[in-house]
Parts: sequence; C-alpha cells; structure tokens
Amino acid sequence: MKKLSVFAVAWKSLLRKKTRSLLTILGIAMAAWVLVSLFGFNRGYEASLNKDIDNLGFQMLVVAKGCPYEAATLMLKGGTGLKYMDPSIAASVAAEPEVDGVTPMLMQVVFDPNKGESGGVAAFLGVDPVSYPKLKSALPFKAGGWFTEPEAAEAVFGYEVAELEQREVGDLYLIPEKEVEVKVVGILERTGTQDDGTVFLPLQAVQRIFGLNELTSIGIKVKKDADMKAFEDKLYKLPDVQVVSLSQVKTTIMTLVSTARVMVLSIALIAILIAMMGVVNTVLMSVMERRQEIGILKSMGAMAGDVFKLVWLETIILCLCGGLIGTGLAILTARLTEVLVRGFLPFSPSGGLVAINSGLILMTLGVVTAIGLASGIYPSWKAARMRPLDTIRSEAES
Amino acid sequence: MSAPTLPAIAAERLRRIYRRGSEEIAAVDDISLEIARGSFTSIVGPSGSGKTTLVNVLGCLDNPSSGKLSLEGRVVFENCRGLSESKLTLIRRDVFGYIFQKFYLVPTLTVLENVILPFTFFKKPGADEDVGRLLKTLGLDKRAGHLPGQLSGGEMQRVAIARALVNKPAILLADEPTGNLDTARSEEIGRILRELNARESLTVVLVTHNPRLAALAERTIELRDGKIHSA
Repeated sequence: MKKLSVFAVAWKSLLRKKTRSLLTILGIAMAAWVLVSLFGFNRGYEASLNKDIDNLGFQMLVVAKGCPYEAATLMLKGGTGLKYMDPSIAASVAAEPEVDGVTPMLMQVVFDPNKGESGGVAAFLGVDPVSYPKLKSALPFKAGGWFTEPEAAEAVFGYEVAELEQREVGDLYLIPEKEVEVKVVGILERTGTQDDGTVFLPLQAVQRIFGLNELTSIGIKVKKDADMKAFEDKLYKLPDVQVVSLSQVKTTIMTLVSTARVMVLSIALIAILIAMMGVVNTVLMSVMERRQEIGILKSMGAMAGDVFKLVWLETIILCLCGGLIGTGLAILTARLTEVLVRGFLPFSPSGGLVAINSGLILMTLGVVTAIGLASGIYPSWKAARMRPLDTIRSEAES
Repeated sequence: MSAPTLPAIAAERLRRIYRRGSEEIAAVDDISLEIARGSFTSIVGPSGSGKTTLVNVLGCLDNPSSGKLSLEGRVVFENCRGLSESKLTLIRRDVFGYIFQKFYLVPTLTVLENVILPFTFFKKPGADEDVGRLLKTLGLDKRAGHLPGQLSGGEMQRVAIARALVNKPAILLADEPTGNLDTARSEEIGRILRELNARESLTVVLVTHNPRLAALAERTIELRDGKIHSA
C-alpha cells in the first residue's frame, strides 16, 4: 500500500506555487551564500596570515622607529619609505639571553623600467648568508642554493622573480639603476609568500652596491621558554627602534580588516532578516490561501499539532533548500569572492582568503534550519489554531 | 428480547445561537431528533433555514449553544459545556466522514494520494487494506495516478467521498455535495451515496436543495427558520 508521509505532503504543497517557493528559496540561498563566504573568509584570512607569519622564520622584527602599520607591512611584504638603523643594534639584540638567533636585513627597492609594460618596483633583500638560512631552514630550493661568500655578487631568486625574469641558476642578472651584475646561484620553490617576489642578495653585497652601512630590519628568533612581553619591553629600551612581534602583526592586521568584517557581518545579518521575512510572508500567504484545505485536514482528523508540524516542515524545507543552494554557490564562487575581497583589503595574505570546510557548511545549514524553525512558528501556529468550521464557513461566505 | 439499538445521532433540544451585535439569531432552534444507525437521512429547507448549521453541530464541527448531543449512546455535549477543538477533532476522526459542496482536493497530490491523505495524520487499524476496493467501488481505480486537475467535477467529488470514507467512519455527513455538479453528475453522486448506505450500512446524512437527491433518502427532515418543519 502506498504511503504518504508528512514530508511528501509538505513538499507537494510547496510545489503548488513554484515561482513563489523558488524566490523564497533564492532569498535564503543569498543569505546562506553571504554567511558561508563571510565565515569562510574569516577562517581563510586568519589561516593564510598565520602561514605567512610562520614562514617568516622569526617571531619578532626590530625596525627603525616609525609607523607600526608600515612596520607590519614591511615585515610581511617588504615596502617603501624605508627607515634605517645602526648595524650595532643587531649585536646588542643578539646578546640578550632570550634570543635564539638574529638575522640582520637590509631591504632596497629600485625602479625597473623593463618590468611590466610601464616599469615596476624591484625589491632586493640583503640577508646574512650564515644566520638567515638557519632561521629560514624551511625555505625550499627549486635549484641551486645559498651564496658561496658573504660578499659575493650572487643572488637567490624567489620563484616568481625567476619566472618573470626568466633566469636559471648560473645566469647573470643586472640590478637596475646600479648597473651591477650578480650571478643567480639559487631559485626557491613557490612558497605562496612574499619570498616568491624577492631577490635575495648577501647583506654585505647590498650594503656595497647601494652604498649603505645600515639595516632596515633585524629578524629575531626567540627561545621557546622566553617571556615575549618582557623581552619586547626590553627591546624598546634600545634607541629609536620599533619592535614588531608576531602577535602584534596579527592584531594590527586583524584590526585593519575588522572594520570590513563588521560591515560584511551587518550585511549578512540584514540578508538573513530579509530572508526570514520572506519565508514568513511566503508561508503565511500559503496558509491563508489554503485555509479551507487546512480546515478539511482538521475535519478528517488532523490535530492542531499535525497541522503545525506540516506547515513548520514546509518552512524548514524552504530554508534547507536555500541553505544547500547558498552553500553550493559559496563553494563555487569562493575564488571570485577572494578576488573581490582582495581589492577591498588593506592587506591580504598570500594564501587563499576563503576557506570553506565541512564544519562551516554544517554550521550554515544549522543556522538556516534555525531560521526556518523560527520563521515557521507564527504561520504554523496560525494554521494550527484554525477551526474547520471557520475555514469552511469563510469559503461559503466568500 | 434483544437490547434496543442506540441511534447513531441523538439530539435533544439543540440550539445554536449566533450573535450579531445585540441581535441573537437562532440558526438551530430547539431541535430534537434521532438518526438511526445505517439510515439515509436528508435535510432540506430553504436557504438560511439552518441546514448547514444543524449538520455542523451534529457532526461536531461546531458546539451547540445548548441542548444535548449523543453519538451512538455516548454523550458528547450536555449542559452548555462546549468541547475543546482537540476533543472535537478526536470525535470527528473516530465517527465522521465529511463531504462538502467544494471538493477541497490538494491539486498537487494524485487521486490516490488525496484519498489516503487522512492516513498521514490518523489511521484506523486495517483501514488501508480496503483502499483499492474503495477506489473500485467509486470507479476511481483507473484514475488513481491522475491529478485533480485532470478529473471531471463528478470524479473530483467521488475522490472527496473516497477520502471521507477511507478511515471507515460510522456516519457520512454530506453538505450540498452536488451543488457544483450538473444533473447527471448529481444523480451519479446520489446513486453512490445510496449504494454505500445500502451495501455498507453506512449512516448517511445529506443536506441538499435538490429534491431528486433528497428523495433518495428513506427519511427527509425539512427545516424552516431553524426548526423542524416536517420529519
């Protein structure tokens, strides 16, 4: 004998006004899409930021005193508007007991007229051939290796620079503006970080080529058991330095993006509220249109609870369908969302910005189900308390 | 000596009063009647005579304002104590099947699905075993997979009858079941109700304006101004 479940009745009721049901589902889908993308962005952004910071190989960076935002950018991206400090600071820092290792760095930027269509900026990072590879031990080479001499006219290319300049190990490279040739001795694997776009040179070579004896930054690896806060305070006693710690960088950047997050969260909340109103409206209209039918259901033995369940189920079906479509859309358009979001952010880490996982999908489906449950209460209650006589009489009078 | 058979419906001095502002309208005014088990009774009368109100009260779709109502010996209303909607529902699903002038079929459910729709909420033991026979009796076995939109008016009313009977009610209340049908279809529905009454011993209470349909009943009650004019 064929069986007819409450679910089947609810589903077929929704099919009666296909366009209206579809539009309501789309409203919910948009809300779910925004929700998944927003939380996916939150997760992805933090994960990529952490990866970038971990790939630095050091937990603290000492730079010349200046704007903390610039310092944070410098730490992650390299940057312009460089400020300099005395090389003796590196020795002072290295003498501290909390220090596991230090590496002095000098960043220089020149304009390369051959880069791109109208020229571009080429960044050179002078690193100490001994301490830098130790701190960045995880940096993988695609070909070649680090410099042979502390002052050698040699370069290690990040993956993207090598691709862009079309250089291989053993090739020569002319530093723009300085007309100095260096030999490429190593090419790094793609890391997905700022290292991909950097040309590494020995520190002393950069100092000689650019005629400087100073440093732009000192990377510090702190001992595992060290009190980071106390050590940071100690470093601030050094003259004219700015200390950028890993946690500081994270906080600084997350503060910068938090405004955008609050805005998007507000939009998501508004989208959810509008979707909820849409669901209430749709189900309520459906209930009012089916007054007589609901009356007949009650005359044939459906209790108030049965009718409530039926209408509630319709609401939940609408919301779950919307949730599934919205989640699917969010997964399909994650890459597009990433491109769009990147354009609005003051700083974007190099990895993926939108990370959607099964936990997030389940959470979103949970949220839309909760929306369904909440939105369905009033229409279901209204339907449940209809009396068959009133509904049939209203038909007779109409 | 055998015990006397209890009537399917027994009403004593039933009244149903509606208030419109300060005016009181007695739609059912002091009606006492008995409807025997397995009988076919028609209720006739001019518009506004209280036919539908009476059948609603007898069928527990509405509470009377006063009087006493018993169904197969069980008192369901007495001394102005109205029943809650849930209690009325429990009585309705145990005792009654209803058909109305409009068919109230769900347009997205097939004929079979419309007929078994009551099972979604409540099913009497063994009720589902006779669905095939019921469809055949009503000439719907070939239309089971069709949607209501593909049926004629007469067929739709037959589906509504099947739906009303699927849970094996003791009493079938039919309120103007042929009001939307032409003469041929009306006679067809009348014949079906008569056959159900004769073959299944189903108690049928039929409200109608149609004298030919009323004549099918073994007893006719005529109402005027909320009172029984002739019975």
